[in-house]
Amino acid sequence: MTESTTSSSSSPTGHTSLTVQDGNARRRKRKNAVTRAVLTFLMALAAVPLVLILVEVVREGAGVISWEFLTQRESPPAREGGGYAAGFVGTGIMMLMAIGIAVPLGLAAAIYLVDYGKGAFSTLIRFVTDVMTGIPSVFIGLAVYAILVLGTGQVISFGGFTGAVAIAIVMLPIVVRSSEEVLKTVSTDMRRGAFALGARKWQTTTRVVLPAAAPGLTTSIMLAVARGTGETAPLILTAFGNVNIVTDFFNTAIGAVPLQIYNGARQPFAPGIERAWGGALSLLVIVLVLTVIARYIGSRASKAHRV
Amino acid sequence: MSTTTREQPPKSALRTRGFGQYADRLFTGFLILAGASVLAILSAMVIRTVYDAYPVFVYQGFFDFIFGTEWQAGFARNEFTGTYGAWPFIWGTLVTASIAVVIALPLAICVSLFITFYAPKRARTLLSYSVEILAAVPSIIFGLWGLLWFVPNVLHPFSNWLNSTLGFIPLFGGSVPNTNYFHAGVVLAIMILPIITAITREVMAATPPDEVSAAYGLGATKSEVLSRVVLPRSFGGIVGATMLGLGRALGETIAVLMLIGGSQRAGYRLFFAGDSLAAHIAATFQDASPETLTALMGVGVVLFLLTMVVNVVARLIVWRFARSASAGDAL
Repeated sequence: MTESTTSSSSSPTGHTSLTVQDGNARRRKRKNAVTRAVLTFLMALAAVPLVLILVEVVREGAGVISWEFLTQRESPPAREGGGYAAGFVGTGIMMLMAIGIAVPLGLAAAIYLVDYGKGAFSTLIRFVTDVMTGIPSVFIGLAVYAILVLGTGQVISFGGFTGAVAIAIVMLPIVVRSSEEVLKTVSTDMRRGAFALGARKWQTTTRVVLPAAAPGLTTSIMLAVARGTGETAPLILTAFGNVNIVTDFFNTAIGAVPLQIYNGARQPFAPGIERAWGGALSLLVIVLVLTVIARYIGSRASKAHRV
Repeated sequence: MSTTTREQPPKSALRTRGFGQYADRLFTGFLILAGASVLAILSAMVIRTVYDAYPVFVYQGFFDFIFGTEWQAGFARNEFTGTYGAWPFIWGTLVTASIAVVIALPLAICVSLFITFYAPKRARTLLSYSVEILAAVPSIIFGLWGLLWFVPNVLHPFSNWLNSTLGFIPLFGGSVPNTNYFHAGVVLAIMILPIITAITREVMAATPPDEVSAAYGLGATKSEVLSRVVLPRSFGGIVGATMLGLGRALGETIAVLMLIGGSQRAGYRLFFAGDSLAAHIAATFQDASPETLTALMGVGVVLFLLTMVVNVVARLIVWRFARSASAGDAL
């Protein structure tokens, strides 16, 4: 192994071995090693916040979660005890309503985009839906407040329904776009097969395409639900928050877990802050469980389609 | 033989009978309505907010509203008594989003490069999975964590150190309050990192393998392949991904609200406790008088315009460069 460039180029046969490194090879090799080290370091650095958040939320929140926390209403900020029952009930009610609005509409729009829409109109819808995922959720809250509360002269006021509409609008574009991707993966042969057996187009869609895509669609819906559950900003403007358990959907301000976390975190009182951590942990568990299950179903579904 | 005189097949008995003949048309109509509802919802939101914000634009003048630096909320019911200039909030929005992008972009590019080209196959799915999980964490949790743990334990000491060593530069000078542009920007950076990473990764994975192999064949080292082949190839997609992240950072509310400070002025220091458009809406909405509410609608319209411009451009770029990528999943 010759080390220096001069000796290798002055080889008597004029032949240079491939293992010889001449020119700037060493510098390039060193640069390569540096790049590798830097990238590895930055990857680790980027992973740190995820670990920090998970660890911190679990560490602070684990002690707070109890049966009492899940079933009782919140006591005044400075006082110990009580829980986020109002938030869980409110979030549950609003999510059910939001799912009821966003999922049928979103699925129908996705089916339209995949099997029925043609030309500029469907491209426009697709583009607008994409852009809608980027609308700030606080603007959605503001607009829903303007339409439902101001627009009806406060016949519909702050409360579950207004909040649910806002969350549904947050969820809608997510449902549409990810369902569209799923429906696209259903093979054309299945549709042709259904047609060949004499099915009408709507029968093909509802009896063949939708069942075939069901696992993937579940994934897209669950991801949208996970996203909607964690929304806070639009609820400040629509649900308005409440520490009492509310069952009137239209005209009573209603609580939600994210809102209670927000209010708890801003207080100078330790018990309120503790409850906020507890709320954060329960919210994180709900959202992450939904996300992980959704991804799991999704990955299995895409494997099934590939066969 | 029979090709010329083929008989017409008998019409299906089912096809013309009863409700069935309308079913397809009804179903199609329903789907078209559902598709159009997306357009209707968006336009309803835009029209209604612009309609509600219109009085304040008339009262203040649209450009005075945007560039005015004075925000004095009034308390009247049917008239305007305050001064409404949204520039402090626009400025705060732009500053925090820029800080976020400046921090997140290099990190996201490096993470994507690492995941796509360096990580072992098994770790690859695990890593991209954890990036996706970070994207799923609700922003209220980022806010809580930032306010109660990250800022006091990590960020504030760092800002203090920066302030005491580089304080002679006006940008880093002044006092360091607990909540300020910089702290909000750093937490925003963590929040948009997964979004930029997810799309950047898709784009990089789509680099033609032939070109990569060709570069290796010419004797390039891995770092040369990345910088001369992969990065130029995915430049457009990275720009689009960055703008999507920027759009997200511009519109993020709760985390910023908890970390930015909330003064109604614009500051030209990094550690100034200012306010952003989205945070200002959420912070003052619950106590707003009818006239302030109109002004908040104006702030909402400005926020919408700002994020829409960024988003539309970003979407156009991403559509062009990563059409097949299911980038929507990460959002």
